[in-house]
Amino acid sequence: MRKPVPLKDHQRERRAFQFRALLAFALVVVLMAVLVSRLAYLQVSEHDRYSSLSDRNRIQLQPIPPTRGLIYDTNGELLADNRPSPNLSLVKERIDDLDATIAELASLVTISERDIEGFERRLKQRRRPYEAVPLRFRMSEEEIARVAVNFHRLPGVQIDAELIRHYPLGTSLVHPLGYVGRINQQDLSKIDTQNYSGTNHIGKLGIEKFYETELHGTVGVQQVEANARGQVLQVLSRQDPTPGRDLTLYMDLKLQRAAEQALGEYRGAVVALDPETGGILALVSTPGYDPNAFVSGISTADYLALQEDENLPLFNRALRGRYPPASTIKPIIGLAALDSGTIGLEHKVWDPGWYQLTEGGRFYRDWKRNGHGRVNLRDAITESCDVFFYDIGNRMGIDPMSDYLGRFGFGKITSLDLPEAHGAFLPSRAWKKADRGRSWYAGDSLNLSIGQGFMVSTPLQLATATMVIANRGKWINPRMLKSMSGLDAEGLEFTLEVPETKVMGQVDLKRDSYWDYIIRSMEDVMHSAHGTARGSGANSTYRIAGKTGTAQVLGIKQDEKYDASKLEEKHRDHGLFVGFAPIENPKIVIAVVVENGGGGSSAAAPVARQVFDTYLLGHRDTLNPVAGDRSL
Amino acid sequence: MNIKDFHRSMPEAQVYFRQSQSWWSHTHLDAIMLLLLLALAGYGLFVFYSASGQSMAAVERQLVRYGVAFGLMLAIACTPPRLFRRWAPWLFVLGVLTLIAVLLVGVGAKGAQRWLQLPGLPRFQPSELMKLIVPMTLAWYFAYKPLPPSLSHAFKVLVIMLVPTLLIAKQPDLGTALLIASSGVFVLLLSGLFWRYILIAMAMAGACVPLVWMLMRDYQKQRVLTFLNPESDPLGSGWNIIQSKTAIGSGGIHGKGWLNGTQSQLDFLPESHTDFIIAELAEELGLIGVLILLAIYLCIIARGLYIASQAQDTFGRLLAGSLTLIFFVYVFVNIGMVSGILPVVGVPLPLVSYGGTSIVTLLAGFGLIMSIHSHRTMVTR
Repeated sequence: MRKPVPLKDHQRERRAFQFRALLAFALVVVLMAVLVSRLAYLQVSEHDRYSSLSDRNRIQLQPIPPTRGLIYDTNGELLADNRPSPNLSLVKERIDDLDATIAELASLVTISERDIEGFERRLKQRRRPYEAVPLRFRMSEEEIARVAVNFHRLPGVQIDAELIRHYPLGTSLVHPLGYVGRINQQDLSKIDTQNYSGTNHIGKLGIEKFYETELHGTVGVQQVEANARGQVLQVLSRQDPTPGRDLTLYMDLKLQRAAEQALGEYRGAVVALDPETGGILALVSTPGYDPNAFVSGISTADYLALQEDENLPLFNRALRGRYPPASTIKPIIGLAALDSGTIGLEHKVWDPGWYQLTEGGRFYRDWKRNGHGRVNLRDAITESCDVFFYDIGNRMGIDPMSDYLGRFGFGKITSLDLPEAHGAFLPSRAWKKADRGRSWYAGDSLNLSIGQGFMVSTPLQLATATMVIANRGKWINPRMLKSMSGLDAEGLEFTLEVPETKVMGQVDLKRDSYWDYIIRSMEDVMHSAHGTARGSGANSTYRIAGKTGTAQVLGIKQDEKYDASKLEEKHRDHGLFVGFAPIENPKIVIAVVVENGGGGSSAAAPVARQVFDTYLLGHRDTLNPVAGDRSL
Repeated sequence: MNIKDFHRSMPEAQVYFRQSQSWWSHTHLDAIMLLLLLALAGYGLFVFYSASGQSMAAVERQLVRYGVAFGLMLAIACTPPRLFRRWAPWLFVLGVLTLIAVLLVGVGAKGAQRWLQLPGLPRFQPSELMKLIVPMTLAWYFAYKPLPPSLSHAFKVLVIMLVPTLLIAKQPDLGTALLIASSGVFVLLLSGLFWRYILIAMAMAGACVPLVWMLMRDYQKQRVLTFLNPESDPLGSGWNIIQSKTAIGSGGIHGKGWLNGTQSQLDFLPESHTDFIIAELAEELGLIGVLILLAIYLCIIARGLYIASQAQDTFGRLLAGSLTLIFFVYVFVNIGMVSGILPVVGVPLPLVSYGGTSIVTLLAGFGLIMSIHSHRTMVTR
């Protein structure tokens, strides 16, 4: 039987459809109500939250970095300024293939592994979308041009300028000024991150480090409306930054350059002080290095080369070089002997060329093989007689020597604003007992009396101690800063305070005439017929007080003769010199160390003489270009 | 014998009398629907001007699209629905062939082939055509079958529907595939399918969810995961949804004012003139502006369902009903995704978002609805 063909019942279908359509419409209304309630929830209940989210999107607080303070020398010569540095930056969000873009850029300009390394590190740090991340710093004009003509092929690549530190004198001033570098993880833990929110550089060494707070200034802030790409559309409010304060140093650029030139190719250091103010007029350590390379980040290879350079350019010899002071401390040892009452002015010693503590004991040799004959203190200083000082050193013993040397600043950091300054070392009886577990021997005293043995000192300490002599016992701490522009937050001018630990007591002697005696002896070093530095003192229009020193690098065997020509350059003696001029009214104090230069009188004293001349003669012309002044 | 007498004698006949033969009746347009669509388009353009970054050029391009689409709507409205009914199976075969062609020689971007470039024709998306052809084909199928459909008929309908759905899902274009599948489902539901079948089908669909998850591509999975927790990737795929919620929420009741939306004008809101245009509207015109838009949509849907229920044959009823409901699905999915209650799928806000294809397809659909309404005859089948 055939199945009955089902017929369409149109009326029933229509009614069924109308019912379903009505049902569908009801569902539509319900779902619409769901949408409305969702929108009402977002727009009414959560309105405040989303409003603030939207404002946070739209309104950015942008830090305005303060301009770093400039540094001038005493005559207003610019030593450190700020220059716009063009950086090559990438906006990641606008670049499809980052690696390809970097490769493309690398074919246009040099991009080192280090640049990429740093770029990737910065990319990982927290940042807003569409914030440009620098890839290369300090683009040259040519590099900018090469990238710029390809901008259309390189979306997301941009060049923006940033003010960065520039040291116009480069190598000459790196040791006194230090430098700024990019803020690293270590710095971040020490700084007020808010104040540095717009700053990329921080003082790493020297003056830049010590006066970081003042040089940096205070960050400003602006409230801007920005779009999603970070473009600023309008500034809503602005609080200007307080620029860093400009520093004026005591440093005299001409003198610094002259001292540097006088040292020539030698490794060494020159420190020049103004005895009236304690101001550091020159602080030279050779060789130097270019601080500008450190500002934008030095490459690992270049840094390694500096580190491995056998002349140690990174080493600040003036502040950290620890040299035996050698004979340069003889005037102080003499003062100690006089003032402690160990000897009188009439004390004389027969110098046969050696000294023995006991009959038949070890020979302590004089630098002059045949001896100086019968000498008093003045002769001993003038001719730098070792045996005389062996004698008084032995008579005094360690304690007065250590005490007096300490009062002249040895073994201490007395400079106020040089963070790298080193205290070097002044030995004492207690130290040797505690550290070496041995008592102080008489032989140790003999060594100390001629500035050899345990004692080491820095060129800055030598200059400082000499300044105390020039000032006849009056102490003034050495310092770099002469003045600072502007006022601080409390409206006060900057004053360099001497911290309690650096306050030095005035050196008072039992008789003031001891100063005259010692200074006259030092004058004889330069100007008498027997003076060790008579060559360097000759024909000067002003009188110099000085003392030479020759520090042994290699120990010389008992009966071996020192012969510079036979020794390798690195094993030659260090030449030292300390002095001040003019004697009657000291204007400048100098300490010179010439590493492996040979003797103090041959290597160091001539350097000092050039610096004296520059400051007292040549320099005066430019300082006071008045005709009448020159005739004085 | 006057008209009233005739009417009285045939109360169930649904006789349609032409009261007057004005020029308007020749357009075969439905005045109420047309007014609603024009209101929507006008309101949409108003929002679009702001969303496009106040670009008159973009507004002009959009206007041209509206012009073309309304012209097509007029042409379709003038075509009697019986022609569509007759063509439906052939259109379906043609549509499936073009979908296969897309998979073989189609063009596209980002790993999806959606476009077909045929010589002598503008580039087009066959899947868009299927949005009309699939409900048309199913309505054609049921037109000759007794309703409610038997299980075997319902099953055949499912197969017809699944062929284009799977072809589109393969492109891959999951959003469109789901829309087409749901248009088929609407035909089935409106045809009066027994509730017990519906419940069983729903239970089976629920069981298939893990299978679908396994078949999804990574970026599709990512979208679903991001939907579930947008804050997990605030700068990546979560960015869109966070920014659109912020735009909507910050608009409040009254909005920030036309052209003053900071989220959209400052480009924090992505796709502000395409899929996310509702967020722009909500930000600038507030809840009130959104309610006006939803009211227009609701009126259009009500009018569409009314027309469907007044249709004289099964084909017209099912086609008009399913097209109207699909229109609502667009609205719901788009607003739901932008406001963060549905995952992000690429569905534009109907007749407001920028984009020619969707406007043309939608207005062509309304042309079909109008044609069904305006070609009613004296005697019903």
